Amino acid sequence: MRNLAPNTLIGSALVGTLLAGAFMGAVWTPYDPLGLNFKLKLAGPSAAHWLGTDEFGRDVLSRLLAGAATSFWISLLTVVLAVAAGTLIGILTGYFRGWVDRIVMTFNDALLAFPGILLALGLLAVVGANKYGIILALGLAYTPTVVRIVRGNVLSLREREFIEASRVMGNSNAYTMFRHILPNCIAPLTVLATSMFGWVLLAESALSFLGLGVPPPAPTWGNMLASGRPFISQAVWLAIFPGLCISLTLLGINLLGDALRDKLDPRMRG
Amino acid sequence: MQEKSPLLDVRGLSLEVARTGIKILKNISFDVKAGEIVGIVGESGSGKSMAARAIIALNPSAVQRTTGTISFEGRDIGTMHKRDLQALRGARVGMVFQEPMTSLNPSMRIGRQLEEGLRLHRRLTSRERHRLIVEMLARVGLNDPQTALAAMPHHFSGGMRQRIMLAAVMLLKPALLIADEPTTALDAVVQRDVLELMVDLTRENNTAVLMISHDLAMVAKYSDRVVVMSQGEIVEQGDTRNLLRAPQHPYTRKLLSALPHRVPARAVEVSPIARINVDGLVVDFAARRSLLRKGQPKRALNGVSLSVMPGEVVAVVGGSGSGKTTLGRTIAGLIKPTDGKILFNGKPIQISATDYVDYRLNCQMVFQDPYSSLDPRMTIGSLVGEALRHSTELTNKEKNMRVADVLDEVGLSPEFASRFPHQLSGGQRQRVAIARAVVRRPQFVIADEPVSALDVTVRAQVLKLFAELQRKHGFSCLFISHDLAVVEQIADRVIVMNHGVIVEEGRRDAIFDSPQHEYTRKLLQAIPALFGTENGGVELGWRFDDAGRKTVNGRP
Repeated sequence: MRNLAPNTLIGSALVGTLLAGAFMGAVWTPYDPLGLNFKLKLAGPSAAHWLGTDEFGRDVLSRLLAGAATSFWISLLTVVLAVAAGTLIGILTGYFRGWVDRIVMTFNDALLAFPGILLALGLLAVVGANKYGIILALGLAYTPTVVRIVRGNVLSLREREFIEASRVMGNSNAYTMFRHILPNCIAPLTVLATSMFGWVLLAESALSFLGLGVPPPAPTWGNMLASGRPFISQAVWLAIFPGLCISLTLLGINLLGDALRDKLDPRMRG
Repeated sequence: MQEKSPLLDVRGLSLEVARTGIKILKNISFDVKAGEIVGIVGESGSGKSMAARAIIALNPSAVQRTTGTISFEGRDIGTMHKRDLQALRGARVGMVFQEPMTSLNPSMRIGRQLEEGLRLHRRLTSRERHRLIVEMLARVGLNDPQTALAAMPHHFSGGMRQRIMLAAVMLLKPALLIADEPTTALDAVVQRDVLELMVDLTRENNTAVLMISHDLAMVAKYSDRVVVMSQGEIVEQGDTRNLLRAPQHPYTRKLLSALPHRVPARAVEVSPIARINVDGLVVDFAARRSLLRKGQPKRALNGVSLSVMPGEVVAVVGGSGSGKTTLGRTIAGLIKPTDGKILFNGKPIQISATDYVDYRLNCQMVFQDPYSSLDPRMTIGSLVGEALRHSTELTNKEKNMRVADVLDEVGLSPEFASRFPHQLSGGQRQRVAIARAVVRRPQFVIADEPVSALDVTVRAQVLKLFAELQRKHGFSCLFISHDLAVVEQIADRVIVMNHGVIVEEGRRDAIFDSPQHEYTRKLLQAIPALFGTENGGVELGWRFDDAGRKTVNGRP
C-alpha cells in the first residue's frame, strides 16, 4: 500500500461504494423498490425516506440500490462479453494476418465508424429491449474497440523474438497465442475493461433514459433519471440522485482505471 | 600538438543524481586540444556518455554537478548564460549520436534538416546555404546531393543517415565534435567508412573529436589519446599507442583481455553424413504491392549451399543485407524457402513430415536481442522449462532438475529461476536464452548475433560460456555474426556472404590469414587487427599484406 495516490483512494472508495450498494440492493433494501404508496407521492427527503419518494410513492433509496445491482450486472456482463469476443478475434486476426484479417478488420472498421450507442440502438430494435438484449447489444457494440486494441498489441508482439523462440521450441500456434501473446495483452486489456465498464454504465443509463433499456417498473439509474424528468420542478431529488450516482460511479471508475494503467505499465514495474 | 592550450578542459568534475545522491561521475579531469581525437572508453554505466553530455550542459536536469569546472575555449560552461550556451551548441560543439535511425527527424526533408543549423548560427542568404549544403553532402559521399535534399530520412540506410548526420554537424565547422558511439549500430564495412570520413572531415576543418565508444579496437585505430573510464572514474589516460601497448591499470588490462582473440584451431572430424546440409537455398520476399503494380519480389538468398558437420561451429559473416540472418531463420524453419533443400542428418525436412518434429526438437536458436527474445511475463525457470515441454522421455521431476542444471551451467544461481527477465542484465538474459536453447540437448544450434548486443567484457564472458557449452555437449552450430573478431575466436569454419550468395568459404585460419575474395578482404580490413604485446597490451597491425599473404604478428 505504498505510494497510494489520493486519486487512487478516491477512485477505490467510490467503486467500493458502488459494489457495496449493488450487493446490498440485490439482497435487502429498506423498502420494496416496486412497492406503491400513493399517500406518499413525491415526498421530499425525510427520516423515513432518506432520499424521498417518486411519483408512485416508491422509496428512491431502495430503487437506487436495486438499480445499482441491475446496472452493475449489465455492465459487468457486457464488458466480459465484449472483452472475450474482442480478444479472441483480435488475437486470431493479429496473429495469423492474411486475407481473413483484412476482411475482419474492414468489417470491424465499418462498425467502429458508428457511434456505439447508435449501433446498440439498432441491435436493440432487433433483439428486443430487455436485460439480456441490452447486454448483447452493448457487448456487440463495444467489441470492435477491443478488437482494434488487442490486434494492435498482437501485431507488435509477434515481431518480438520470443514469439519466434516459441516456434523454434516446437510449440503450436494455439499454445503460443495462449501462453505468450495473451498474458502480454492483459495489461492494456485491464485498463480498457475498466474504462469500458464506465462507458457501458453510461450507455445503459442512456438507453434506459430513451426508454429502450430495462423496461419499467424494474429500476435502473437510467430509467429513474428518465422518469424523474417530468417532475423536475416539483421533486428535483428524483433526477438528482440517480444522476449523482451515475456521475460519481463514472468518476470512481475513471480514477481507478488511471491508477491501474500506471500499475500495469511495464515501465513502472520494478 | 603538445604546445597548444586545451580547447576543452574538464577539471575535477563530479555529477550526481540530485534526488538519490547517487554519484555518476567522481572527480574526473581530462582535456581535448584543438584538432585532436580523444577516445573515451568504458562499459555501459561507466558514465562516459554522461561526461560528454555535461560538456554541452545536455545532461538531464535530475543530474547535477557537485564540483568541478568545464571550460571550453577558455570560457566556463557552468557560469554561461543560457543564450550563450545555445549559441555554443551546434556552432562550436557538434554532436553525433549513436542511433542513426532516430537521430534525424523522420518527417523532415534532408535539405530542411541541414539548413536548420545554418539558419540558426550563420547569417547567409538562402542561395549560399544551398551551395554549402550541396557541397557538404557531396563531401560526405552522397551520389546525388541535389536529389537528396528533397528526400526523407527513411530513404537512406543507417550508414547513409550517419553520413548525413555528420554533414549536418560539420556544416557549421564546430571546434569540437562529440561522437557518442557513432557507429555501434552499423556493420563493419560501413562502420569503417563512416569513421574514416569522420576523421578526414574533422582533420580538414581542424575540429577536435571526443569519441565515446566501448569498442577498444576502433578507439585504438582512430584516436590520438584515450581516456579509460570505469564506474564514474577515470582509471587511466594517455597517448593511445603507449597506453594500449603497456596498460598500467588492472581495469584497462581486463578490458584488453576481453577482446576476442584466436584460439588454436581444433580438428573436426569429417563425418559421411553432415548434420545439416543446405542445397541451393533460394528465398524471395514478396514485394509490397501497390494498387496497380505488383512489385518484383526481393531475392534475399540466391542459391546458398552449405553443410555443417557434427560438432562443428560454422560462422556466417557478412554486412547487413547480405542475407545471413535470412539464412539462419530459413534453416530454423521460420521462413519458408522458395526453392532448395535442407537435409538434417541426411533426411530432408518438410514442415508436414513426421521427421519435422524430430528436427524441430533438435534444432534450437539463440536470438540477437536478449531484451525481446524472452517473454517478459514468464519467470526464468518457466522460460527455460518451456523448451522441455515436448520432451516425452523426461518426468516432471527430471525436467525441473534439468532446468536447474542448465541454469547452473550458464552460470546463474538457482534463485534466478523465480525472477523475471526485466530484473536481469543484458548479459544474464543472454545466458538465459542460451540455457533455453541447450536445455533439450539439441544436435544443432543456430546463433544469430548472440553477443552483438552486449558490452565488451560481458561479451567475452558469454562467448566463452557458449564455446564451453558447445565443447561439452558437442552440438553443431551455425554462428551468424557481423563481428569478425568474435567469429575469429569461436569458428571452425567461416562462410562469407554478400548479396544473398556465398562468396568465400574455408577454414577459419585460411579465411582470416589469406582471404581470396575481394569482399572478404574488405570485411577484414574494416576491423582493426590488434596483436598482443609482451606487457599484456595490444598493438595495431595488419592481418595480411596487399597481396593477401599472412603477416607475422601484424608485421608484413
